[in-house]
Amino acid sequence: MASMTMVQALNSAMDVMLGRDSDVLVFGEDVGYFGGVFRATEGLQKKYGVTRCFDTPIGEAGIVAVAVGMGAYGLRPVVEIQFADYIYPAYDQIVSEAARLRYRSAGDFIAPLTIRAPYGGGIFGGQTHSQSPEALFTHVAGLVTVIPSNPFDAKGLLISAIESDDPVIFLEPKRLYNGPFDGHHERPVTSWAGHPASEVPLEHYTVPLGSAAVARPGAAVTVLTYGSMVHVALAAALDSGIDAEIIDLRTLVPLDIGTITTSVEKTGRCVIVHEATRTSGFGAELSALVQEHCFYHLEAPIERVAGWDTPYPHAFEWDYFPGPARVAAALRRAMEA
Amino acid sequence: MADSPRLSLHIPEPTRRPGEPPDFSAVRPPLAGGLDRPAVDVEASAIRDLAYGLIRVLDDDGKAVGAWDPHLEPETLRSGLRIMMTTRALDDRMVRAQRQGKITFYAKSAGEEAIAAGQALALRPDDMGFPTYRQQGLLIARGYPVAAMAHQVYSDRSDPMQGRQLPCLYSSRAHGFFTISGNLGTQFSQAVGWAMASALKGDDRIAAAWIGDGATAEADFYEALTFASIYRAPVILNIVNNQWAISSFQGLAGGEETTFAARAIGHGLPALRVDGNDFLAVYAVTAWAVERARSNLGATVIEHFTYRAEGHSTSDDPSRYRPAEEAKGWPLGDPILRLKTHLIALGEWSEEQHTALAAELDALVREAQRGAEAAGPLAQADPTVKAQAMFGDVYAETPWHLREQAKAMGEG
Repeated sequence: MASMTMVQALNSAMDVMLGRDSDVLVFGEDVGYFGGVFRATEGLQKKYGVTRCFDTPIGEAGIVAVAVGMGAYGLRPVVEIQFADYIYPAYDQIVSEAARLRYRSAGDFIAPLTIRAPYGGGIFGGQTHSQSPEALFTHVAGLVTVIPSNPFDAKGLLISAIESDDPVIFLEPKRLYNGPFDGHHERPVTSWAGHPASEVPLEHYTVPLGSAAVARPGAAVTVLTYGSMVHVALAAALDSGIDAEIIDLRTLVPLDIGTITTSVEKTGRCVIVHEATRTSGFGAELSALVQEHCFYHLEAPIERVAGWDTPYPHAFEWDYFPGPARVAAALRRAMEA
Repeated sequence: MADSPRLSLHIPEPTRRPGEPPDFSAVRPPLAGGLDRPAVDVEASAIRDLAYGLIRVLDDDGKAVGAWDPHLEPETLRSGLRIMMTTRALDDRMVRAQRQGKITFYAKSAGEEAIAAGQALALRPDDMGFPTYRQQGLLIARGYPVAAMAHQVYSDRSDPMQGRQLPCLYSSRAHGFFTISGNLGTQFSQAVGWAMASALKGDDRIAAAWIGDGATAEADFYEALTFASIYRAPVILNIVNNQWAISSFQGLAGGEETTFAARAIGHGLPALRVDGNDFLAVYAVTAWAVERARSNLGATVIEHFTYRAEGHSTSDDPSRYRPAEEAKGWPLGDPILRLKTHLIALGEWSEEQHTALAAELDALVREAQRGAEAAGPLAQADPTVKAQAMFGDVYAETPWHLREQAKAMGEG
């Protein structure tokens, strides 16, 4: 057991898997010698050699395509897309290829790849370093979409992703890499040190895909969220004094519908929170599912808190980022209805 | 400003359209046997001329000439002829089935059969292919049952793809045949990844990929060349320049200004440009690239200069956009006829044998068709079978939401 940041936990997951399985390899832009712009692959090339962890040219479609080809050969590639905002050139390879190989070949070929990408805002990254594109992947049959919110889950989920025979989109909330940011940007930065979820086993373990966690038990209202917004929702519950039950979805597809319905049936109220833009966001799917599964338990309209439907604006970071005040207001609306 | 001419934009157009006689003045095939065959360890920069030439082995009399003559055994030549003729027989039979409304779609490789056949025989059977829908000859060459191809095309109850793929988009890992995508070009860079994996593992198998002239405009093409070049991946990157991408002539993909093979030069890769209707030349250039790749010398780009003798697919009507006589007049001839002529000139084949083989293959594909028709459409199968075919294999394990949807489909 060691105290780790999320970056260190992700690094540890890849370290463990490179050590356990000679078919695992890690590559992407700046990930080899340099260890990645966020340091997630630091030391891996030195430890495992250039044939297991290496740099690629700046070509996201090519990176994913060669990973698909390597998967067809029998390897288990873990690729890093430097920012989720850069993933779009690879979209065809992800959607039409990786996601569809098993289906279209009737199981003859699979794409057991993991595509890691830092996503989300809160870092003054402007529109090309802050986006949350998860809904572009949850909409695609054949993809698994995972978003961790803390170091322990990050390592366990990444190991599960690497071991999965399905292609996994693994989106990492980059604002959480080095501390549990709760949206109170005016307060001093906190580190992971001392946080219960920063205690991470050094060895192999898994957090299963398709399984949500209750980040905070509560009786008044259910909050469905993931990634950075888990911490924002926790702050909003504290700030508002509302006894919210906060569900950290962890995997968006396949979704842990059982944990969601159990909670909403208990509280009768539901607030959905994500950083991504609102229209056709994953919150829309969550809202529809809660309505379909829990309609007769609902005592209030379902609330959605999301990024505004604009590109991510550089200068207006905290007007855009759905912070604890907006989440708390939604909690109050849900309670007052 | 005033001295500058007004800008104008060049929109490429073929020189001839329907109703006009074909124009082959830009083709000008050189005589067979005129080009040297360099050692496989030659520097790419030393053979740039081959990207602009045209390697040909069979001359107009059906004789094999020049340094690129692969000196194949007659048995290999007859194998090649059989693969090509099987491809054509299956294509003809399946197009007829489409015209009769029995299948939804089909894509022939008429006129291009020498490419898959010649390359399949020059590759090792365990080398991995990343084909397009015009390399069905590769499957045939590797012994994949024609009956199974008919099952796939018919989406019947014995379809190995379980009705999930458009006809002709085959897959067979056991035959080194990657699942074909309907999105053009994606396989080109995937093949580089497969080859990189083989090299990373210290294997001795190589990869081969195919792409059409039209799809070379896709970004995947350039990423394939970039990755293949920088990692020296053991892969053969084949561009099948059949002159037409549905209705777009090859000039619209950049063929007016330079050759497709020349795309390799900027990537530091060796390029060979070959008469794609010449089985011997295709075999020879492939053998060269195979030896180079297997010797750890990296990738080769090959442009196969050929002609799509029929429509893009059964959904296409080429008489709407190109001269009717263009296919018949193609200066590089028909690949099957050329190999047949060569074998007869060698005294290793006869008209009688040819007629007998054609009849044998016609019977083979008719039998395959009967098998497909007897199996019956998968769409009319038992609901449990349909639910598995439709909802299986989306994920390794079917998640709850797909199980619910399969149930909902069953309930109507």
